[in-house]
Amino acid sequence: MAGLELLSDQGYRIDGRKATELRKVQARMGVFAQADGSAYLEQGNTKALAVVYGPHEMRGSRSRTLHDRAVINCQYSMATFSTAERKRRPHGDRKSTEMSLHLKQTFEAAVMTQLYPRSQIDIYVKILQSDGGNYSVCVNAATLAVIDAGIPMRDYVCACTVGFVDETPLADLCYAEEGGGVSSLALALLPRGGQIALLQMDARLHQDHLETLMEAAMTACKGVSKVLDEVVRQHLQEVSVLTGE
Amino acid sequence: MLKSKTFVKKTRSGGVMKVVREHYLRDDIWCGSEVCSECKQESTVLQRDACMESNLCSYPHYLLPDTNVVLHQIDVLEDPVIRNVIILQTVLQEVRHRSAPVYKRLKDIIHEKEKHFYTFTNEHHRETFIEREPGESANDRNDRAIRVAAKWYSQHLKASDSDRLKVVLLTNDRGNKEKAEEKALLVYKFEEYIKSLIANTELVDHLALSNDDKNEISSSKVLFPEHLPLSRIQTGIKSGSFLQGTFRASRDNYLEASVFVQGEEEDSTEVLIQGLQNLNRAVHQDVVAVQLLPRNEWVAPSSVVLQDEGKAKDDNAEEEEEEKALRVSAAEAARKPTGKVVGIIKRNWRPFCGMLNLSQIKESTRHLFTPADRRVPRIRIETRQAASLAAQRIMVAIDGWPKHSRYPNGHFVRSLGSAGDKDTEQEVLLLEHDVPHQAFSQAVLSFLPKMPWAITPEDMAKRQDLRHLTVCSVDPPGCTDIDDALHCRELDNGNLEVGVHIADVSHFIRPGNALDKEAASRGTTVYLCGKRIDMVPELLSSNLCSLRSNVERLAFSCIWEMNHEAEILKTRFTKSVINSKASLTYAEAQMRIDDTSKNDDITKSLRGLNKLAKILKRQRIEKGALTLSSLEVRFHMDSETHDPIDLQTKELMETNSMVEEFMLLANISVAQKTFDEFSECALLRKHPAPPPSNYDILLKAGKSKHVEIHTDSAKALADSLDVATVDGFPYFNTLLRILATRCMMQAVYFCSGMDNDFHHYGLASPIYTHFTSPIRRYADIIVHRLLAVAIGADSTYPDLMDKHKQSALCNNLNYRHKMSQYAQRASVAFHTQLFFKSRGILNEDGFVLFVRKNAIIVLIPKFGLEGTVFFDSKDKAKANPNLVFDEEGPTLAVEQHTFHIFDKVKVTISLDDSNIQHQKIRMALIDPVIPGVSVPAPDVEPQAKKPKLDR
Repeated sequence: MAGLELLSDQGYRIDGRKATELRKVQARMGVFAQADGSAYLEQGNTKALAVVYGPHEMRGSRSRTLHDRAVINCQYSMATFSTAERKRRPHGDRKSTEMSLHLKQTFEAAVMTQLYPRSQIDIYVKILQSDGGNYSVCVNAATLAVIDAGIPMRDYVCACTVGFVDETPLADLCYAEEGGGVSSLALALLPRGGQIALLQMDARLHQDHLETLMEAAMTACKGVSKVLDEVVRQHLQEVSVLTGE
Repeated sequence: MLKSKTFVKKTRSGGVMKVVREHYLRDDIWCGSEVCSECKQESTVLQRDACMESNLCSYPHYLLPDTNVVLHQIDVLEDPVIRNVIILQTVLQEVRHRSAPVYKRLKDIIHEKEKHFYTFTNEHHRETFIEREPGESANDRNDRAIRVAAKWYSQHLKASDSDRLKVVLLTNDRGNKEKAEEKALLVYKFEEYIKSLIANTELVDHLALSNDDKNEISSSKVLFPEHLPLSRIQTGIKSGSFLQGTFRASRDNYLEASVFVQGEEEDSTEVLIQGLQNLNRAVHQDVVAVQLLPRNEWVAPSSVVLQDEGKAKDDNAEEEEEEKALRVSAAEAARKPTGKVVGIIKRNWRPFCGMLNLSQIKESTRHLFTPADRRVPRIRIETRQAASLAAQRIMVAIDGWPKHSRYPNGHFVRSLGSAGDKDTEQEVLLLEHDVPHQAFSQAVLSFLPKMPWAITPEDMAKRQDLRHLTVCSVDPPGCTDIDDALHCRELDNGNLEVGVHIADVSHFIRPGNALDKEAASRGTTVYLCGKRIDMVPELLSSNLCSLRSNVERLAFSCIWEMNHEAEILKTRFTKSVINSKASLTYAEAQMRIDDTSKNDDITKSLRGLNKLAKILKRQRIEKGALTLSSLEVRFHMDSETHDPIDLQTKELMETNSMVEEFMLLANISVAQKTFDEFSECALLRKHPAPPPSNYDILLKAGKSKHVEIHTDSAKALADSLDVATVDGFPYFNTLLRILATRCMMQAVYFCSGMDNDFHHYGLASPIYTHFTSPIRRYADIIVHRLLAVAIGADSTYPDLMDKHKQSALCNNLNYRHKMSQYAQRASVAFHTQLFFKSRGILNEDGFVLFVRKNAIIVLIPKFGLEGTVFFDSKDKAKANPNLVFDEEGPTLAVEQHTFHIFDKVKVTISLDDSNIQHQKIRMALIDPVIPGVSVPAPDVEPQAKKPKLDR
């Protein structure tokens, strides 16, 4: 028989979640000492490492310097062992370039770049294991890393993918669901103000459904933001205990 | 709780890939029982007093079947007696994986509220999930999962209530049963349980035979060679030593079949298979693997008619003789590639209709069943109600065909009613033509609009209000599914506005829901004599969608502005609301047009339409549209018994062609519009030009009466048909047109992105589609949706724009359409038989339509009936007359008389009911008189017996 049943009549998805439930999110901040900020985030089986350097002086060509704000430089890559089939992934392939660009746009909207004119902030994200929702996991990991680096942001940026199956939006798609011919949408949100940092969709979807899908995505993003907030508070507590304050 | 699921999968390129998936376990999955106090469920499915009276279980209990029970015994599970059943997710998934039809049936049962079937998501339940142990096969793991879930249920129910409620595991697997007993579970074999049910003995007959039972049924002698395992078949096909194809049994000879092997492109071959051993238990329509025999063993198809008349015992001696009779040495040229079946790739068994042959032994419970379809072998079944089933049409499903059994083993599914009965025969012909005709399921009905239904202000806002227009509908008498209505009025600028209003079915049937899927699978409404098998539920077909008079209805309108020469100046499509002022029959409309004293709006509108239609028709014929003819008959039914009392060929009136003209125009306009908008995915209808060889018979027929027929183009054909007349033979032209119709190809639906020949030959239109009957054709619904998207009145959905999916849909629609036509013809044939049965013997005039080697085919225009007059008798005692067949004429000389096409003859018609399953009309020649061939005219029964018709 063709295909997987993405949503059973009883309302369970392939992995046993309900339509609106997120995967288990686990995160740690400050995993590397050398970088200015770093974080490791797991969302189900998708695992990402984010590292932030900066803000520092412009490196390389000085011509890219902006005089009123900082330049954000993002680089996205996938580990060779991140998918089921081991594959060499050269830097600068189209997919990762696009992803880097999306990350850059997302963080330009969130980081208060005007505080650091003529400087540069580097964000490096690596997918260690891929199981769907790579973009959102990268955004969430990078948010934690930026916070770890102490760079002021307007708000957490939380991202989530949402798919549309049988007239029902499914939150936080896993790889099997993404592959099942679902029209999916990725949304990065600044949850407190409800501003959208990035919205991306490259599948066909009727505009009548767009609103329900966006709403589901926003709810999911707010869910993610709660988890991230907890992680940050936890981390701060640990750090303050260590420093003895 | 989180579990990770890891398994290894083979990729398409042949590599091995490890797939890791998350698997969440939950503790919020409820048991679904009314009794339970622990689970915080909102609604329950399983009842408190789940009573099925059984000898084995005297207490209330829930049933928990395993996968094989569901797969094989779905017929029993569907019975209303079986209620309160727990279907585990494991079982549901396995069924989904193994058999799509059973899965669909199971889902339908689950949706039915009265059945109380509950799906328990055990794979995600914290306490019932189990992991596969090392060395354990997937099947064993699933069996264990089922046992664990059963255990959990019994403990859970015990804990929540000390009520005597229990869970009974049903399995046919001995190993599974033993293991379950070790775990102290209540477990029975399915047969055991069903047999224990009190007062439901008839359920036992529905039981499919399980593996152990098969052995005892037949002798242990091996009759057939073993089938090869699938892996060896696959390697064989790859290496070219085997061929894969569809098995088609011969209708006339049970020892012969052909396998249709689909090759690359046009290169497909047929492999002949002869003899029981070589047929090797393949059944009609199975996909099989065949091996070609060496060239010196090739044979020619035999022309002998052989019917399997063998008795229940294995009468080998007789069979060998029959097989020998087949091997008549044939000329080298006539030999065909011959092979033998080595394995079955896919069984295509469906339940078969037919009748029971009672076993000679009175007390025996095993009987042979003869299917109505001659291509299907007889089936051995076990039943205790043989005596009551003997005179009935029944349905039987095949369970298996062991290698030591002469016949396949099967089980009784249900009885259709007594043979020869009208309802029963109707059911049989529906089943045999694969026409879905069950009542609509609850899931489908749930998508109907709630009554009382009214047009809402939102609907109104989106639609154009055309209620003020004088719209009326013209249909055949007794029509309740009115899908088209018309209007015509003069505009201020002197032009005419003509509107065709089609029921807006796509408003009610939304894409993708159960109602839509059901309609798509049915494809078309099937009209039988005195019965209609609806494509959509009656509420829609005869009420909400039907454009009845003096009610407000939603419509999809196609409105043209025309001048008085019927030239289209403007075309407009809109969703609308209309209020039909009158629903007329063709005759009523004709009377209004002809009655000069009438001058109301409706009549004026009709006259305007009629005038334009005549111009349109003339234009169409000038372009080369064909006017073909086929005799359609109408039965006058007795209003109480519904037996046919008279039979009449359908008359055509001017108004018929008036409505037809505007429907054609609407279809063409819509086809053009949807194609302009969606060049890749418009659903169109084409009618390919027939290959020139198809016309041979028509040319010869013309020549026999010295009339030249040109077939270079549709236009030439139409013109030459128009002038083809013979003095003193007024019926000649109609006969020619009937013949021309037989030369045509089938018109088919197709998706514009998948084809580039759009031409409709018969209508001489470059593009055509079906738009005007959405109530009875699914194609029209799709066209409505496309058009609605094109004018921005409705939203689109992915499948509509996917040309591959649409192409698949077209294939189904074409198939359903073809089958519905066959079913219609079969229904007419059956009613004709009924009619002749009541009439006894009749003498009628007829015309020779075809001349064959040993027979002539005679058409009786009065009844639109065709029959064959054979000149060689099967009776060997009688000498055959001297027959000389001339291919060129074609003519057939019988003794001294020579028959030509279109000769007038007189025949006697009677019903041959010697074989109750296959009754047929028999014709015999009266005039011309040929000694030894023709029969004396029998006395026609006195007319007084005939009931008076009140018309």
